[in-house]
Order: sequence, then C-alpha cells, then structure tokens
Amino acid sequence: MGALTLSSVTKAFGKTEVIRGVDLTVNDGEFCVFVGPSGCGKSTLLRMIAGLEDVTSGDVAIDGERINELAPARREIAMVFQSYALYPHLTVRQNMSLALKQLGKPRAEIIAAADKAAGMLALEPLMDRRPSELSGGQRQRVAIGRAIVRTPKLFLFDEPLSNLDAALRVATRIEIARLHRELGATMIYVTHDQVEAMTLADKIVVLHAGRVEQVGHPMTLYNDPDNMFVAGFIGSPAMNFLKAGTLGLRSATVGVRPEHIEVSDRAGRIEGRVSHLEKLGGETLTYVQTEDHGMLTVRQFGEYDHPVDGTVWLSPDQSRAFHFDAAGQRMR
Amino acid sequence: MSTARHSPARSIAAHAVLIAYTIIALFPVFVIIVNSFKSRRAIFADPLALPTAETFDLVGYQTVLKQGDFLLYFQNSMIVTVGSLFLVLLFGAMAAFALSEYRFRGNSLMALYLALGIMIPIRLGTVAILQLMVASGLVNTLTALILVYTAQGLPLAVFILSEFMRGVSDDLKSAGRIDGLSEYTIFFRLVLPLVRPAMATVAVFTMIPIWNDLWFPLILAPSEATKTITLGSQVFIGQFVTNWNAVLAALGLAIVPVLVLYLIFSRQLIRGITAGAVK
Repeated sequence: MGALTLSSVTKAFGKTEVIRGVDLTVNDGEFCVFVGPSGCGKSTLLRMIAGLEDVTSGDVAIDGERINELAPARREIAMVFQSYALYPHLTVRQNMSLALKQLGKPRAEIIAAADKAAGMLALEPLMDRRPSELSGGQRQRVAIGRAIVRTPKLFLFDEPLSNLDAALRVATRIEIARLHRELGATMIYVTHDQVEAMTLADKIVVLHAGRVEQVGHPMTLYNDPDNMFVAGFIGSPAMNFLKAGTLGLRSATVGVRPEHIEVSDRAGRIEGRVSHLEKLGGETLTYVQTEDHGMLTVRQFGEYDHPVDGTVWLSPDQSRAFHFDAAGQRMR
Repeated sequence: MSTARHSPARSIAAHAVLIAYTIIALFPVFVIIVNSFKSRRAIFADPLALPTAETFDLVGYQTVLKQGDFLLYFQNSMIVTVGSLFLVLLFGAMAAFALSEYRFRGNSLMALYLALGIMIPIRLGTVAILQLMVASGLVNTLTALILVYTAQGLPLAVFILSEFMRGVSDDLKSAGRIDGLSEYTIFFRLVLPLVRPAMATVAVFTMIPIWNDLWFPLILAPSEATKTITLGSQVFIGQFVTNWNAVLAALGLAIVPVLVLYLIFSRQLIRGITAGAVK
C-alpha cells in the first residue's frame, strides 16, 4: 500500500515561494516522475514528501492519512539520494540494516531482509566492505538496497543517476525499472533528464516555477501537451516554435517537432542557412538559421549531408503541428 | 606553467625562504635547549656554543626536578589544557552544527555575535573576570582557568567548524533522519567524524595559547597547588638573581607535552587533507 495525495501544498523560504499550490495524486504501485528545469522545485517537493522540509500550507497524505507533522523516520518511506549518502563508517550490511535496527526489529529479521535485498541487487560479495571501497555504481546499488530493506510504502529517488557515467546510468535505470516491476511499490522519482522520465514513468509530473504544468502518461505529454512549456520540455531535441503570423495561421505560435520538418535543397516554405550538422549514425540533426523563426532543428532518420552555410528550404508538416495562443496555452 | 613551477631556481628560492623562516622560528627554542644543558658559567661565557664535555651540566634539570612541585605544575597545565580543549571542541562543534544546520530566526546575528569574540581580546575583561571568580569563589582553582580558556577558545572554534560543517553533505544527514537517527546521533556519528581535520586544526590553535599563557594563571590561580608550568618556571626568575639553568630547563621540559599533543593532532590534520584531495 502506498498512495500519495498532495492537496494545495505550498512552500516558502522566507518570502520566496518555491512551491505554489501543488495538487497531485499518485496511486498505489505507480511510478511517478517529477521533471522540470533546475530550480523548478521538484527536489523541494520530494523533500517535503519525505518530511525533510516543512510544508508551509496544504496537506501531504499517504493512504489517506495526513502526515504533515510526522517525522521522516515514521512516514514509512525510503529515499535514494544523488550523492548516495551512505554512512562512511559502516559496512554495506550495516548501512542496509541501520533503519530496521533503529525500529527495534529482531536480529534474524534484519539479517534476512538485508540478505534478500542484497540478492535482488547482486550485492552479496560486497556486504562486508565499506562505502569507500566501492565504485560509484556499486554505491548507488547499496543505496537502493538500503531503501528496499525497509519495505517502505513509498520509494523516493532524488536524481539517483546523475552522478553515474552514461553506461552505468542506462544499466541502473533498467535495474530500477525491474525493481519496480518486482516490488510493485509506489515510487516517486525526481530527475531533470527527460530520457529517464520517459522510460521509467507511468505518470510524469512536469513542474515549472513551483507549479504543475501537466500530469500524464509520457506518451500523452509527448503527443498531446497542454502548453508551450510542456511541448518544449518533453522531447529531445526540443520542439521548434514558429511564428504563426508569417505562415498565415490564426494561432500565435506553431510547434513542430524536429522530425516533422522536411528539408529540401530546392523549394519549401521557409528559407534558411545550415549552421551546424550533427550526424549520429541512426539519425541526422541539422540546425538551420532562419530569418523569421530563429534557429530550427530538423531531425532526419538515416545519414544525410547538408553543406554548412548552404541554403536549404524547410517545410513543416502542418497536420502534425501544435497550435498555441499568445499565453502559450494549447489551442485544440 | 607546470615546467615553470618546477624549475630548480624557483624551487631553491622557495626552499631558501622556508628554511630561513624555520631557522628564525626555531632559533630561540634551540638556544633554550642548548643552554639548559650547560653550566651557569658557560651560559654567560658563550650563549651560542654547544655543550662540550667541560661545559655539560645537568644542574638545571636537577634543580627543577628536585623542586618537587614541578610534576604538580605539569599536571595542572595538562588538566587545564586538555579540559579546556575538550570543552571548546565539544561546545564549539555543537554550536557550529546548530548554526550551519538549522534555520531559525536570528541565526546569522547569533553567528556574528559568536564571531565577535575573535576580534576582542579576552584580556580586556580581566578585571570583570576576576570579580566574577571572586564572587563565585573560584579563585585559585583550575576550574576558573578552564572556564576562561573555554570562553577564549570558543569563538574561533565556532567560526572554523561552522564553515566546515556547511560542507558536510546534506544528503547524508537527510538519510540519517529518514533512517530514524536522532539529531545527537547524526551529530556525533555522521558529522563529527567527517570534520575531524577541522577539529584537529581548531585543537592546535586552541591548545598552544592555553599551554603558554602566563596571564590568567598569575591572576586567577597563583596558589602553589594550582600553578601551571609557565607560572611555575617564574620562581627561578628573581628580581636580582635569576637561576638561568633552572629556567631554561623548565622551559625545555615544558615544550615536550605540547609537542606530543601537537604531533597527535597534526597527524589527523595531514590525514584529513590528503583524504579530501583524493576523494
């Protein structure tokens, strides 16, 4: 069990409002990802759920029970941090057992729980080492193991992969997805990396300046964004925003994904100059400087060659474009 | 850049400056130790000469050790230094933790108030301190000295330690709170071991002025039972006749304990510095 409800939650440090009224429901067993640019309040929101920051107003509830004033240790949550935050003076086993020991659980139960978690994460050979003797990836696995041992209602992840190198990041991401399937626990995951968000989440919460911009399934956010911020934030490379007026359209701004623009050497709707080309093997990204719309990104699948500084013509696919009004809201 | 930094000329210049400073700093100590092993006549005849078979004389050390009370003086100095050091480190670290960890009204004002003590010498308050000690009946006790030295050492300790404690990972403390550790456990088990190099620095800076102080022992605890080693050495300095052998021997002996304490802390210091560098 572990359903989380936030109702009009706010947070202010002095006079600076960091979280401005967040309403959110995370169902039992769901994998919910908070994404947003740095400083949007996603980590603060997570720390408020954990009880590490006070809630200025509004309610935080787990399974319908208000927990605003409950100490972090009594909320039945576990948290994995970006910097691993392992206790440097304890061995891996002691790190993993500490929380249960603090709860006064019997010794045999603690040992069994630690062994089970170690088995899930292949940590058995490391149990007697200290954190300083482990690599970054191993440390993060221990930190995840420490969270599993507690069998919490809620797993909280605060950018857990940001300190790992690219290959380890992919491996650990898959590991976390597997754990979520095996444990069926509710997980809340904070990241600024949208690939992590898209691949892991059942539900993405896009935060911007302390407000929720949109909540939904990853594909819903990608295919049906509510506003320009979500449209621009989800998807990599980011969506192109064109001035609708010059194209003879009613809306203020037209959003077109890079893969929905055609490039031609001879004719098209928008003239531009190729300023940079990125060949990634499977796809080619062309950055085109245009007079009316600034820099546009075009993504073509396969290998293409456009001479840098050469003139190209772009034709956005009107049927797949998104229309936004002057306030940045989607016009449907 | 790196070749310039490693050029022999620069290296020699740097070493020359450092060696010159070392010689200047150690010269008085050297003179004290050399002369403490010489006869009285030899000290005056040629103060800079090394003791030879003829001039070698242990009379200074014999006088000091025969005086009998010297062990007591050492013990007093030790009690006062170690006691004050313990209190300064304990309370300094606690105050620093509170200032760096908790958000409360007046936090920065409190930090400023505590730092003020670094700028104002405690000796300015000697008269008031003496009145306080007389009123509370603590004159001629080691407690009086420990209290004064604790007050003297705290500002710098709080200042240095709070800077270091801000550097301790927030995540680690958060992890401790989620695992149900009390604030005391977080402080003693997680934070203190990580600021050990800073504690060693503070210990060295606090310890040496306390050990060497003559002022407060002379004013607050001049009785025979509470004399410290620096005050005890003064018995050999008379208005008309000074027993130089004994004074030099006493000072020579007084260096030893503080040197031992320093070596203990400095190892921590160096270990801390290298640990930080490779991490």
